Amino acid sequence: MELLDKLTILADAAKYDAACTSSGVDRRGGRGMGSTMAAGCCHSFSADGRCISLLKVLYTNRCIYDCAYCVNRRSNDLPRAAFTPRELAELTMGFYRRNYIEGLFLSSAVWVSPDRTTEEMIAALSLLRKEYGFRGYIHAKAIPGADPALTERLGLLADRLSVNIELPSQDSLHKLCPDKEKKAILAPMAQIRDGITQAKGELVKYRHAPRFAPAGQSTQMIIGATPESDRHILTLTQALYDKYKLKRVFFSAYMPVSDSALLPARRDFQPPLLREHRLYQADWLLRFYHFRAEELLDEASPNFDTRVDPKCAWALGHMDRFPVEVNRADYETLLRVPGIGVTSARRILTARRVGPLTFSGLKTLGVVLKRAQYFITCSGKMLEGLRVSPDGVLRHLVALEKPALAGDQPEQLSLF
Amino acid sequence: MEWPKFAYTYDGSFAGFLTCVFTAYANQEEPACFLTHQEGQAALWPERTVDTDHERAKRVYRSLSPRLGRQGKTLVTYGFLTCLDQRELCLWDFLKLGYAKGPAVTRDLTDPRVAALNKAVLHLTREAHLLKGFTRFSDQGGVLAGEIAPKNRVLPLLRPHFAARYPEEALALYDRTHREALFCQGGKWAIVPLDQFSLNQPGHGELDYRGLWRRFYDTIAIEGRYNPKCRMTHMPKRYWGTMTEFQREDPPPADTHLRQI
Ligand code: SF4
Ligand code: SF4
Repeated sequence: MELLDKLTILADAAKYDAACTSSGVDRRGGRGMGSTMAAGCCHSFSADGRCISLLKVLYTNRCIYDCAYCVNRRSNDLPRAAFTPRELAELTMGFYRRNYIEGLFLSSAVWVSPDRTTEEMIAALSLLRKEYGFRGYIHAKAIPGADPALTERLGLLADRLSVNIELPSQDSLHKLCPDKEKKAILAPMAQIRDGITQAKGELVKYRHAPRFAPAGQSTQMIIGATPESDRHILTLTQALYDKYKLKRVFFSAYMPVSDSALLPARRDFQPPLLREHRLYQADWLLRFYHFRAEELLDEASPNFDTRVDPKCAWALGHMDRFPVEVNRADYETLLRVPGIGVTSARRILTARRVGPLTFSGLKTLGVVLKRAQYFITCSGKMLEGLRVSPDGVLRHLVALEKPALAGDQPEQLSLF
Repeated sequence: MEWPKFAYTYDGSFAGFLTCVFTAYANQEEPACFLTHQEGQAALWPERTVDTDHERAKRVYRSLSPRLGRQGKTLVTYGFLTCLDQRELCLWDFLKLGYAKGPAVTRDLTDPRVAALNKAVLHLTREAHLLKGFTRFSDQGGVLAGEIAPKNRVLPLLRPHFAARYPEEALALYDRTHREALFCQGGKWAIVPLDQFSLNQPGHGELDYRGLWRRFYDTIAIEGRYNPKCRMTHMPKRYWGTMTEFQREDPPPADTHLRQI
């Protein structure tokens, strides 16, 4: 088979994976080819608006399993292919030299057995790292059920490892992929976590200790294929950050790829893109804004308001905490104001050391007041001429989101 | 007492600009505008032509860090690379403010002079970050060659990045907008003015990789999530012109060399 055809099949098979980031590790200097930057780097954006940072492919799409939600399931009639380690290394180097990509994201369907699949991936990555001297970013998918010794070797070649949790609950997982067990997913996740902690400790002791997945681990789950609430998903996400020390949790709106009776019917199904977007916004609040899942959603309202973002929704539910005084509020409090992000909050802290801030001063230093104006005072005063009831604030905030949410389909989204 | 106003003319280099700053302070003059040698003269103010003097420029340069702080120095050196309208005048205003106030000047984010410069520098660093990803190279007989068309002069910011990324390659990157080129090889580098730069006709290996990349680009998008507006927000159209995934190979013309469009 021509390389072009293989690439087409194996990129097509990998495209539903949401992760494409190349962040989490800084590496430069040395021989060979490549460097990485902690902030990550997007090399392009595809027609669906998602970032392309890595060459995202499967090693093979031949699978012994039959997970109902997956295009690559055994029972699906599809052209199948597999790279050779040499082909994959050449392709990665060729793309990397031309600055098309920041590195490789190598995942795979389960071919023959989890061990055999992992061995193939190790062979490809070893060739790339050792013979080709590749020092760019590698994200590798650990295959649940593989021998821990193999996963360990994979982690020494990769910058980031991930194990996909696939679905938000054991129940759904059991229904849709009877061959898979949550245990089998959580075991490598714990192994990777411990491997990273151990490697970090050794790095302190011996400078040349091998680096095990220095950019950490991530996971992804499909949303909208099964009935879990946003609250369930966000609580699970938080637990993954807390317990498994994950760097990122990705959400992937289910795309109808199957006629299984267990899944939403293919006809008329709209992938829940807006819901996915709200979950990412909430995930952002967990990671950078010191929010906890239980503050954002509770039993009474287990799902996000689709009309406003989760931070606005939280603020509207806690009007007793507002307005806050920008000249006195601490960093954490400022971060909770709708419309004030990390950059704005930092700038406010810097600028108010020089003198008291006014609304026009806030504008000059780059704070967007559209949302924030309802929630702040400058030296005790609200923005002049602003007079709204709590209902009015909600209506106004909803109106602000309208243009971003507009589109021919209600679920079509232009923000993310 | 107000300093008398002069129209300053210089060679357009950073050292030249710093010499202007030196001259203005030495003569106690207020530059009313800055012109480079190529630009037409405005007759509103008496003219002052400043010849670049590296000793004087160095004295001003060395004063930046102690007088304005590290951040203030960065604002000046980066500020000179931005596409800010009348950037020399903005820098002059900022310098005067900074010499009077000291390093605290960079905290005064509500002062329009500081805010304008901050914003322009942010635009520059953002564009440089984007181009670390959006730049495309072609293999031209073993040399990596590429072209970009940025609004700001990003080459000095891209240089350390690409040098670290390709420690064993020779590379040439051309900035069409500002007509200058970066050359890098074996730890040595230069950024030089260059009026003409064109890529040779690509060889077979090069064409293969371009084809593979376009195929990957087209395949990786999920149809059910098609969202051109979102793509445009992340990757404004003005960058597309130099990106492989948006180019189609023309059949090679018989005589002249091929210039990528
Ligand atoms: S666009 Fe976002 S996801 Fe993509 S590399 Fe940049 S920061 Fe990461
Ligand atoms: S094991 Fe992976 S590739 Fe195979 S069917 Fe299940 S999800 Fe798809």
